[in-house]
Amino acid sequence: MAAPGSADAAARAAQAARTSYGRLLAMLASRSGDLAGAEDALADAFAAALTLWPVRGVPDNPQAWLLTVARNRQLDVLRSAATRTSVALDEQAIEGMFLTNPDHDDIPDQRLKLLFVCAHPAIAPAIRAPLMMQTVLGLEAQVIARAFLVPVATMAQRLVRAKRKIKDAGIPFALPGRSDMPERLDAVLEAIFGAYAVGWDLAGEATDTHPGGADENLAHQNLADDNPADEDLADEARYLADLLVQLLPDNPEVLGLAASLALSAARRLARIGPDGRYVALDAQDTTRWDQRLIDWGERLLHRAHAQQAMGRFQLEAAIQSVHIARGQTGHTDWAALALLYEGLVRLAPGTGALVARAIALGHAQGPAQGLSALDQIAPDVRAGFQPAWAARAHLLALAGRRDDALQALDRAMALTTGPRVRAALALRRQDLLSPAVD
Amino acid sequence: MKYTLFLYNDEAQMASAPAAALQQVKAAFEAYTQSLKAAGVFVTTDWLRPSGTATMLNVRDGARHIQDGPYAASKEQLGGFYVIDVANLDEALRWAERCPSASRGLIEVRPSAMG
Repeated sequence: MAAPGSADAAARAAQAARTSYGRLLAMLASRSGDLAGAEDALADAFAAALTLWPVRGVPDNPQAWLLTVARNRQLDVLRSAATRTSVALDEQAIEGMFLTNPDHDDIPDQRLKLLFVCAHPAIAPAIRAPLMMQTVLGLEAQVIARAFLVPVATMAQRLVRAKRKIKDAGIPFALPGRSDMPERLDAVLEAIFGAYAVGWDLAGEATDTHPGGADENLAHQNLADDNPADEDLADEARYLADLLVQLLPDNPEVLGLAASLALSAARRLARIGPDGRYVALDAQDTTRWDQRLIDWGERLLHRAHAQQAMGRFQLEAAIQSVHIARGQTGHTDWAALALLYEGLVRLAPGTGALVARAIALGHAQGPAQGLSALDQIAPDVRAGFQPAWAARAHLLALAGRRDDALQALDRAMALTTGPRVRAALALRRQDLLSPAVD
Repeated sequence: MKYTLFLYNDEAQMASAPAAALQQVKAAFEAYTQSLKAAGVFVTTDWLRPSGTATMLNVRDGARHIQDGPYAASKEQLGGFYVIDVANLDEALRWAERCPSASRGLIEVRPSAMG
């Protein structure tokens, strides 16, 4: 025990909350199948810690202490529910929930199961990432709502509904079987990738689907500028991806996702210039890229490739890596990007990837090739897709078709909601109207 | 934990199917029921007549109202159900996947509120 009355007992409790919330919650919920109940029990345990630790001292194993208190709380709730409903208490089933000795030093890590529960196909895709952030990272519904630009009451209600479904529908806290694993893991990765993309988009740079797509300078559909929560969301998504690397260290797609997010995040600072203006990817000062994140991302990508099983998220990471290579080589390898996007649209066809592929082709093989690739996207899909118009404007300008480029740019601007992106497009328009003297 | 598998199918397709095909479908369902029983998860089942035979009733202010059914006029109609008793949703979904309705229609899996 640490000395009773020590001033840092509250700080120790807060630290235990940050570092072990998801681990403890996963442990409690995996036994009971009731996430909301486990959250309540854990909240009670933390409240008890805040009251007792400053008086009695911090226990030697704070996590085990919290787990024991929370489990006793779960038991109390079960017992009182049994009294209330006069349903006989199944003591044996309850014993099953509390088999392992909570005083044991190493608490088994059930967070992977928790991630699979959150991204279960029976859970609506849009709530999977918010659910992960609340349960695995312990974020407040308020913070999550702000990050996803959803009213707090709406987000809180969706989270409650999802947790109720997990319990009532009997979604098991179990790892998927071998045959289900790729599909189920993909849902986890997709949720994390999607949350990162939302944060990145909101913070003012990327395309709808591609943080770090080939066309960042033109094709971005951001919803709001300068929202500090956006970068938090991207950070939390990256934290989840890195956690997944700890839990599944040999899975190439897990490594690919974490690599892709690290390499993308490395460019975060450089995309806003000293004047507060948006800076296109190919104009960014590469010395402002975060070398520590680049090293981490490249190391992850290397580990992924060593497994020799190509997949969607490894391609995403490889695309990021090609952009990052400009820091060394001084130029962007568009042919490599075109090839990687070709692979990506085959594995994960999406409008964002198709647009990015068209731009890469336009640079690698000439604007006509890029434009014809754009035309292959279904007309009704591309008509309302801002990045497609921005890309068309860019390729038309490359082809020297100024009037057509201006028309496409106008369509892109009409579809743009973020002021910073609109300003960047307006600048492009100016350049087209008064071409720089060569 | 008990789950009900509600089996929805395209009745028009069923109605126009030749007798031999219907026999095949029936045999497939019988085999499926047998496999549920062999695994010890079977509770009950029923196969319903087409929705054109449905009659709807409600009572409001003591007055009984009866009218021609079904409740929802859609292409896919409830054609039958299975009640199974398994450990969790994943097991229920695995059984639903093996049901003949999965490949020709659609199955809604609902947990029992009575455990």
